[in-house]
Amino acid sequence: MDKFLVFTIVGLSTAAIYAVIASGLVLTYTTTGVFNFAQGATGMLAAFAYWQLRVDWGWPAPLALLVVLGVLAPAFGILLERVIMRGLEGTSEATKLVVSISLLVAMIGLAQWLWPPAVSRTVRPFFGPSKITLGPTTVTYHQLVTIAVAVAVAVGLRLLLYRTRIGVAMRAVVDDRSLARLNGARTALVARTSWATGTALAALGGILIASSAGLSATALSLLIVNAYAAAIFGRLRSIPLTFLGAIVVGCTDAYLSGYLPTSGSLARYLPGLRLAAPVILLFIILLALPNQRLRSHVRTREFFPAPSRRGAMMFAGFTAAFGLVLVTTLSRSDLTGYAKIFSIGIVALSLVPLVGFAGQISLCQLSFAGIGAVVMAHMGAGGNPLGIVAAMVVCALVGGLVALPALRLSGIYMALATASFAVFLDRWIFNLPDFSWGPVHIGLFGAGTIDVAPLRFFGTSLGSARAQMAVAVVVFVAVAILVMFIRISSFGRRLLAVRDSEAACATFGLNLLGTRLAVFMLSAAIAGLGGAVYATQLSSITATNFDFFTGLPVFMMVVVGGAGFVGGALFAGIGLYGFLPAVAAIWPPLAKVQTLTPGLIGISLGKQPSGAAPQFSAGFADLRDDTPVLARTIFGLALAWGLRVADVYQGWGMVAVMGVVFVVGLAAARTRGDRRRGVELRAGEVPVSEVPLEWMGLSVPWTAERLAEVDRRLNLEEFFPLAAMDKREVVDAAS
Amino acid sequence: MPLLDVTDITVRFGGSMALNSVSLTAEPGQVTGLIGPNGAGKTTMFNVISGLQQPDSGSVVLDGTDLTRLSPTKRARRGLARTFQRLELFTMLTVRENIRVAADIHRSWSKSKVDAAAQVELIIERVGLGDVADQLVTAVPTGQARLVELGRALACEPQVLLLDEPAAGQNASETERFAMLLRELAADGVAVVLVEHDVKLVVGVCDVINVLDFGRVLAVGNPAEIQANPSVREAYLGVMAESP
Repeated sequence: MDKFLVFTIVGLSTAAIYAVIASGLVLTYTTTGVFNFAQGATGMLAAFAYWQLRVDWGWPAPLALLVVLGVLAPAFGILLERVIMRGLEGTSEATKLVVSISLLVAMIGLAQWLWPPAVSRTVRPFFGPSKITLGPTTVTYHQLVTIAVAVAVAVGLRLLLYRTRIGVAMRAVVDDRSLARLNGARTALVARTSWATGTALAALGGILIASSAGLSATALSLLIVNAYAAAIFGRLRSIPLTFLGAIVVGCTDAYLSGYLPTSGSLARYLPGLRLAAPVILLFIILLALPNQRLRSHVRTREFFPAPSRRGAMMFAGFTAAFGLVLVTTLSRSDLTGYAKIFSIGIVALSLVPLVGFAGQISLCQLSFAGIGAVVMAHMGAGGNPLGIVAAMVVCALVGGLVALPALRLSGIYMALATASFAVFLDRWIFNLPDFSWGPVHIGLFGAGTIDVAPLRFFGTSLGSARAQMAVAVVVFVAVAILVMFIRISSFGRRLLAVRDSEAACATFGLNLLGTRLAVFMLSAAIAGLGGAVYATQLSSITATNFDFFTGLPVFMMVVVGGAGFVGGALFAGIGLYGFLPAVAAIWPPLAKVQTLTPGLIGISLGKQPSGAAPQFSAGFADLRDDTPVLARTIFGLALAWGLRVADVYQGWGMVAVMGVVFVVGLAAARTRGDRRRGVELRAGEVPVSEVPLEWMGLSVPWTAERLAEVDRRLNLEEFFPLAAMDKREVVDAAS
Repeated sequence: MPLLDVTDITVRFGGSMALNSVSLTAEPGQVTGLIGPNGAGKTTMFNVISGLQQPDSGSVVLDGTDLTRLSPTKRARRGLARTFQRLELFTMLTVRENIRVAADIHRSWSKSKVDAAAQVELIIERVGLGDVADQLVTAVPTGQARLVELGRALACEPQVLLLDEPAAGQNASETERFAMLLRELAADGVAVVLVEHDVKLVVGVCDVINVLDFGRVLAVGNPAEIQANPSVREAYLGVMAESP
């Protein structure tokens, strides 16, 4: 009984912290529509800031608390709202999610940069170890303070929302943002207030938990993932239910740590269960959510046009050539690092049909890759290529198994379900020792690492780093072509249709679940393929190669690159495993902030929700369409490569020559393009009818021909024969 | 027994009664009008019939089969199709592709052997979208965008066609053409249910008109009866009656 009481108190004090953090999350989500994945990381940063003031600089605790909670945290929240979140209105859930994930990644990067993890730091509990006796058990002051703080937060939020003017406005915004705005609610002020409050609550939770959980940037950010389960318990709306959810999560955790058997035949499989319990709870709560309404009237700023035949061929050709150049010119040691561009690139490609076309969200693609890698290690023994097939099949099945219960969910709930699956694998399944299930022997990462044999085709081992990278390039290009084909296929059109309006698709008789299941399984299979290829490159794999945090930047960079384009996946591969390492190699100081960069790039997404790929492709459009210049540029690039292969110069020499050739080619194509457009303009050959009338003179120059066109399309001359006469004067006046 | 028989539908949104025991029938070969001031419950009625909104009570029966508990998908497969007042177009696709999606989906569950591409061309021709077929659906004016919605519904070869303000945004000559199209569809044996604000169109094209006001049926009858009904005049056509 005493033991039960002890663990109940431990559970309640943990629950109190989750409740504080989760209520901040609910507040910002309901009032601004942004699910802040960085809520935990915000608390983590606050805990570090508190450590800095309190421990490192020796400030008294009340002053340090006042500065962090009363000044720094709210100011940070207002800054976030002003600089980042405001730009997200009208973007898809994937975009919003990426921005807050980027924030999370950037905050972890920032914390590790400012407070290097090598140094050990501790925050002492409030009032040290002093405790009071409460019947048969004792309670520390810290636990009492924590629980009291949660009660105070609950009361305070209730008063804020129901007794103040701004609180009433906040609740109005939750019900109907545009209506609230029409009725004079100051939505900007509401957003600012809720971000300031939400951030302060995260900070409060972070400081309270730091003394027991320890100051580690990733652990703190992830530990607070547990708070998400509480928030979902309140369906991201109800603060009282959120508190209840926090108690369930906190106490489950405490009782598991108290009562899980530590000896016996099952014991060695169980330690991970306690760690995984909150995410299992999260998954169960998600499944218990009522059916969501069919999505309709999704209006987003993203636009993903279909690739043209020429564009698709160019992309495949360019990527293959780029791969060929890398394969033939990189040193052995560089090859292993840069080969990830293509193997992780395949995992990135798996997101294009899912996120880009179908508008679904999955945060566990790298976990599927991990499963693919494990299957490859076991089934592909001796380099059997059938291992790859097995990896894809197993991943498709597991993907279906994960997706089937979660398919009713969409948007943020789907994101959380997949995230909890990933964390579930990380914390428990991937750490399981080998086990047998009847006649089936299942081995995962065994003792921590397992070896993967290089692929063998027709007796030839593809064991060298060069051969492995070549394999990855070939597979990447093949999958990219497949994905581009899907975009123009009947299946791809259907995915885009589901993305825009599930309601409309249902009224045509579409089986929505089947369609979502198909795309999820396809995507999981592609991720598994990527994982298998990646595993052969690594030759020995561990669970951390495929954990949730490693996967987040991949998701993020694909969306930043353009989730609806294969170019987005290439962008992610090159960005994460090509560009950043290369820059860090050239200029080492940058390596320190390298953890920060992907986050910063992601945060900029609000400005350009369709991603970077369409901008690249617009920039290269002239070159793409100008066959003579294109042929010469390709010849120049090939020559530069040939000289390198003939050892005329070293790697950077080739890069420089190629850069010059490319810039010259691009400039030439642009000049010719401009001249051609100029000629067409003079000849009046621009297909004027493609320009909406109201854009005449804005998107295209204003000329006499345009004026005539406007008159003709408005049928003006029928009514006002004079208009024809005035035309010259108008144009003269305009010029 | 009518083809579509909707009986005693009641829908509450919180405290307000959106539909209060509303009934509606539709027969093949007829155009049935559903009119009423804004907020009368017309779109809610369509949502109930197509399954996007569960009613608190009442039943939806199509061709003798009770659909009330079926999903929108299942209802569509039994021959219900609709358009949306707030357009639900697929923004990344062209006009032709929008209709093609519906045709492909229809092909995937029906026994139809008709070639989808050919059917789409016929529909484009029929609703008059030939000039803009290759444009992105977001680039065409609202009047034509509504025709795209109609085209998609037609691709499902429905028994019952629910049209929610299909003529909004059309000019006079387009509306005239549209009225002819509606009569043609009815002549083909489709039961057309039309929600529309353009009274001239409704009176000109409908066989039966149902008038809704504040979630209740105010009147049912042929156009002449509706025009003569004093309470309809008062509630809905009052202004029209005063003009010469």
